[in-house]
Amino acid sequence: MYAHSSESLIKQAREIQESELQKFHSRLGKLLQGKELGHEAVDSLQRLHIILSATKYTRTLPPELHKRVKALLSSPAEQFQVLSSAVLRETLPPSGQELNYNQDNFLQLNSHAAALLLSQAGSRADLSSLCAQLLRSLESRQSEGPANSLTHTLPILNTILTHSPDCLTEDHVTLLSKKLVDWLRYASITQGGGVPSGGFFTGPRSRQPVPTAELDGTVSGDFFTVLCVGQGFTEDQWMNVYSFSMLRHWLLTYHSVSNGNNTADTANRLQLSLSLSHSHSFSHDDRSEVDGSVVSMVSATSSSSRLLPPKERLREKAFQYCQRLIEQSDRKAHKRTDTDLQKACLVEAVCILDCVCGEDASLVYRTFPCIKALFGRLSSDLSFARVLLPIAQFYLNHGEMAAVDCECVWKLVFGRFPAELFNNQFLAHELLRFLRLNLESLQLRVPQYSHSFPNLLKFLAWDSPAVVDDFVDLLPSLVTAGTAVELLHTLLDLPCLSATLVLQVRSTCLPISEPGGRGLLSLDAFRSQSFRGLFLFLLRGEAGSGDTIDRLSTLHELLAETADWSRVVQCAQTVPVLLHIFFNTVIAVADEKLLAHLVQVMLERSSLLLNIPKYNKEIHRVFSSHLLRLCKLHPSLVVDQSHELLEFAGATAKVYSKEEIYTHVVWVLGEYLSVSCDSRCSVKLITSCFETLEAVLFEITSSAPPPGADCPVPRVVTSLMSALAKLASRSHDLIPRVSLFLSKLRTVTRGGPVAWCSDEEDLVAIVTRGEELWSLLKAPGVAQSVLTPPALVTSPQWHRDTNVAMLLRLRALTNLTHSQ
Amino acid sequence: MVRCFLIHTVCPVSALSSGESRVLYSRVFGPDEGAWSDPDRGLSPEERRLLQKEKITVVARQVRSAVSLSREASGRLLVETVSGEEALALQEADGGVARLRAGDPFSEEMSALWLAVQSLGFTLVCEPHENLLLAEGTLRNLTRHCLETLHMLGPGSEVLLRSNRVDALLSRLLPHGQLLFLNHRFAQSLEKEVAAYLAK
Repeated sequence: MYAHSSESLIKQAREIQESELQKFHSRLGKLLQGKELGHEAVDSLQRLHIILSATKYTRTLPPELHKRVKALLSSPAEQFQVLSSAVLRETLPPSGQELNYNQDNFLQLNSHAAALLLSQAGSRADLSSLCAQLLRSLESRQSEGPANSLTHTLPILNTILTHSPDCLTEDHVTLLSKKLVDWLRYASITQGGGVPSGGFFTGPRSRQPVPTAELDGTVSGDFFTVLCVGQGFTEDQWMNVYSFSMLRHWLLTYHSVSNGNNTADTANRLQLSLSLSHSHSFSHDDRSEVDGSVVSMVSATSSSSRLLPPKERLREKAFQYCQRLIEQSDRKAHKRTDTDLQKACLVEAVCILDCVCGEDASLVYRTFPCIKALFGRLSSDLSFARVLLPIAQFYLNHGEMAAVDCECVWKLVFGRFPAELFNNQFLAHELLRFLRLNLESLQLRVPQYSHSFPNLLKFLAWDSPAVVDDFVDLLPSLVTAGTAVELLHTLLDLPCLSATLVLQVRSTCLPISEPGGRGLLSLDAFRSQSFRGLFLFLLRGEAGSGDTIDRLSTLHELLAETADWSRVVQCAQTVPVLLHIFFNTVIAVADEKLLAHLVQVMLERSSLLLNIPKYNKEIHRVFSSHLLRLCKLHPSLVVDQSHELLEFAGATAKVYSKEEIYTHVVWVLGEYLSVSCDSRCSVKLITSCFETLEAVLFEITSSAPPPGADCPVPRVVTSLMSALAKLASRSHDLIPRVSLFLSKLRTVTRGGPVAWCSDEEDLVAIVTRGEELWSLLKAPGVAQSVLTPPALVTSPQWHRDTNVAMLLRLRALTNLTHSQ
Repeated sequence: MVRCFLIHTVCPVSALSSGESRVLYSRVFGPDEGAWSDPDRGLSPEERRLLQKEKITVVARQVRSAVSLSREASGRLLVETVSGEEALALQEADGGVARLRAGDPFSEEMSALWLAVQSLGFTLVCEPHENLLLAEGTLRNLTRHCLETLHMLGPGSEVLLRSNRVDALLSRLLPHGQLLFLNHRFAQSLEKEVAAYLAK
């Protein structure tokens, strides 16, 4: 599909020699001078485009050629308009030939020339004059130009609005509001000038105006919208489409800021809209009796709404248009593309209604019944899930004011959608975006938000690369003191959830028994009754039913074969990042009791993880750094959790399989198990810790490692030695034991290579450390102040320290008095 | 509004390092945001163009990685289709949406909708408040037209040599980046205009 020829074309274009290029330019220039421009001119212009666009560095054209190409912008043949616009957009005008934005011939501007002007606008002033010219052409309603000459005006204005809304003056906004009202609400309701079927006998009399139709074939009974069809379309019907297409953006730009309304203003508006709603509901009842009839119904509100200023009138018409779209979307369209369009229209209509209700709160009471009915109609059909999200936004924004119960909406958004539609990427993207934008509101108004993480994380478990960015933003809001432990377990088992979701999807797709009997072990386990509970726990929708399950190791065994599935691997790669975010957030909300619990979880889970290559190592690294951090912040944790930490440190096997986290556990024990950190630290505790670590150290340095394991990492040995020295410095009767060991170590190693250390340099490093500690411990007092320094020393406060301050003051005074 | 539309590779290209994408067609709509987003930076027009090209390359690269991760995860085998089987190719296409954070590379957050047909990706970069349902439909429609009019399922480099056809298509279906609510009749009318253009 991607051809080698494309690559060589690009290469040629980039490497074209200057002389060849000049020849090409002059040849093209001559071609363009001719009267009739044919295929050769088209091809050459296309090649020029490739040459200019193939490189990111700008190439300029010789001034003559540039002028000739520019002249093509107003060529009658569209192909030359397109090509010249494309070419000129890829280059810069030579000096003296810059585009003049104050010209008056913009009235004749075709879409492609306008594109060029847009792309090369250098300042707000340029865009402002372009706007002014476009609006002038709209006002004068040039009917001489081609039928499309007006239609591209609205898209151009819309794109200018995106970048610089203040390009339109107050007057322009008013003018355009009036035009939009005309096009949206008063477009013709008869079918446009289609080509007559021909023949001698078709005269003007036989061409009677035929009304437009709805998508299900019935004749339209109300004003024209994008969901109306006809054989051909009139110009104002086209403008209806273009107007609606930009309506939301227009309202968001010019209507979303309420301009300091005082109470009198609001009261007037309320009164007016109440009277409007009365007349509107009148037309509603009327229409329900004559549903689908041919009689065209002009809305009874039109007479009274003419009293409103243009902006408010547009708001009112937008409201009516959206209501009509919602009704039209209930019809059964004949074509699949039209059904899709109906969904898109529903989304747009609800968003616009949300916007206008935000601007004018009195509209909420008129709108809510319609939105509620729509919700009722669509909530049971998951294929409308993406339409239900804007409805949820509407409920969130206005539900409180209308005192409407939103429970059913949140059940969908936090319940059914993640549970059943986790594999719909677009829904995931939109739902997570909805959460990100409304985080504060949701945390306030939706009590079950913080308990919904098991469901929400299903999006991440299924398609991690696409949504991990969203979860980086959302995770902090899901960390609460009440659910932190369960959340930690859930994060650690995300790869298991990933595997389970894959199994769930496969289970529904594949037959019960595979032909040939080559079934997946994990799939069988998923389907079997005895293991159902394990999987159901992973698939739970809400937090609160338990932190984790007892048979976690069984689950990991069952899922062992899934460890190389790409979805599972991709998910596993995102867990370390999320854990970092989790720990960073939890420190702020957790009390010591919770932190202690988290330390326990870390120790437990370090050996209880799904066995994916590199996963265990990564998780251990995260645990190690956060264990350190937690203990540094709350040193008393170590004494508090000494039992669990010692249990961990006493298991010699861990030296070989989990040396990263083992080293850190040993280090925190050595560093923080002291009276200065926690007064509960007794001599007995220090001694028992000492003995535990001593036993391990003896074991690993007296024999070869167990079969299958590598030699212990030198850092483990030195950490153990340092920890023992630190503990001994706090309880001096332990010093002889350490010293004995260290001197024995020196003796043994002098005798040649040892079974537990393969590298000569490592051994030297270990022994050197041993000797340092040994000589330090010869002076117990010094050892104590070096190995267990008081807090003052580690956090210097020079000018506040009474001992040091005097020195500093004297030095400062000396410097001042001795200055030049 | 749609900021830009790209056609780029999502397969390994020998001249590029793995992970990079060759942009075959790019169309940025509207004024260049670099023109006044930071007036103190004082970028010259050449520098602005360079910046824009770089931004496009960044988008292509991000979509390329999203496509390859998505294909890897789904584990589906790529089905080779030939000219004439455009509808099938479109049906088999992978689709998705990537979030482009503010600053990476556009100054505001954007959503990049993508459709990957075998070795090529079609990407629409939209402002996030945009109607993504409509954008998705528009992207599918554009892709179908591109596949058909440029004979993209066969060998050949029509995308480069006939980029004016894509321009004409965009000027009707996505004028200046405006997504349009077109029912089948309006769409037919525009497609007739495009067909008339292509016939010349």
